[in-house]
Amino acid sequence: MDIGTTTQFAGLLRDHRDELLKRWTANAGTGLRGRLAEAELARQIRELYDALRGTVVTEGELTLDSPAAVELRAVLGELSRQRALHGFTATETAISVFALKEAVLGVLDAGESGSLRLFVAVSQFVDELGLFTFEAYSRTREALIAEQAEQLLELSTPVVKLWDGVVAVPLVGTLDSARAQVVMERLLQTLVDTGSPYAIIDITGVPAVDTQVAQHILKTVVAARLMGADCVISGIRPQIAQTIVALGIEFGDIVTKASLADALMHTLRAGGFELNRRAVRRD
Amino acid sequence: MALADSGGDVEALPITADEDVVRVRQLVRSRAVAAKLSLIDQTKLVTAASELARNTLVHGGGGRAEVSTVTNGRRNGIRVHFADDGPGIADLDLAMTDGYTSGTGMGLGLSGARRLVDEFDIDTGPGAGTRVTVTKWSR
Repeated sequence: MDIGTTTQFAGLLRDHRDELLKRWTANAGTGLRGRLAEAELARQIRELYDALRGTVVTEGELTLDSPAAVELRAVLGELSRQRALHGFTATETAISVFALKEAVLGVLDAGESGSLRLFVAVSQFVDELGLFTFEAYSRTREALIAEQAEQLLELSTPVVKLWDGVVAVPLVGTLDSARAQVVMERLLQTLVDTGSPYAIIDITGVPAVDTQVAQHILKTVVAARLMGADCVISGIRPQIAQTIVALGIEFGDIVTKASLADALMHTLRAGGFELNRRAVRRD
Repeated sequence: MALADSGGDVEALPITADEDVVRVRQLVRSRAVAAKLSLIDQTKLVTAASELARNTLVHGGGGRAEVSTVTNGRRNGIRVHFADDGPGIADLDLAMTDGYTSGTGMGLGLSGARRLVDEFDIDTGPGAGTRVTVTKWSR
């Protein structure tokens, strides 16, 4: 946008503040279908408007990269971030910016000379703002996804204490190298912290055991043994057992059980516990 | 093999990262469920697909997988085709031996996958890439 058009745009923003704000907010509101409170939207648009005015009055070429646009960039970035965090779509976010075009068109005097040139220039600038919004939006979403993936990794690998001296890791879902590493670290640390001589690895929630998964489990068992703990693998369902046999995987002298209950019983017996059922009197 | 005719509903997936192996597994599982394979056959086929997809990724340097539902008139089956443009396998007999590995795995993937499926077809050579086709029929 050249300096003449910028001055014209600045004048427009100065003279028609209330009208522009009203139209901009109304246009942005229809795209959001009432998912954002009207007062909140009005406040966001007002902030954007004031940042925009602060950018446009300054002398020189109008681009979003200029040092004068630093506040506008910050406001836009914050708006996109908030929308992304609150679950709005990218379109719903960008519409709030693009709605400015229609608002400007509404207040422009069609008869005035240079109004077409002004509108095209404003439109180009708004496109630039829109692209910036898209980028800020997707950056926030990507950060969110990365964070969630990390949380999921932590979430899905709890080590639970089943009995005094018996800890268990219930594995759920896909066991890739990253997760196997987390599982092993957690288990070994818990063995040290609790001084447990027994660990149970339950694979009921693992949909398929291929050679990679088996290798990860075997390595974990060997590491636990090196620390003096006995490992039991439980939750081996019939289809998993048949698959393991067909693949030719050998678990050697590692104790395996069909259910977690069997594994707990085994470790309790091995630990010297006696389990007796008391005779229940039925009257 | 000659009797089988492809249903034409071929779904292809690229294999370029670890996540793709998971995607292949999920696709094969959903197609196996749709073709009414028993739980045991589903698990066997999914495990074989998992092994072969990982071979495609690790040894073939990435490639693609194609999953299709096939029928021979009487029974339905799932056919999975893996292809890569990697270095190929120079000594196929050695590669099919239990416990032999050129990497850090257990050396059971390729030979084990053959035992998990009903039909196993491999086409490879030094510098020619590797194509593996497996089929599992419903009972």
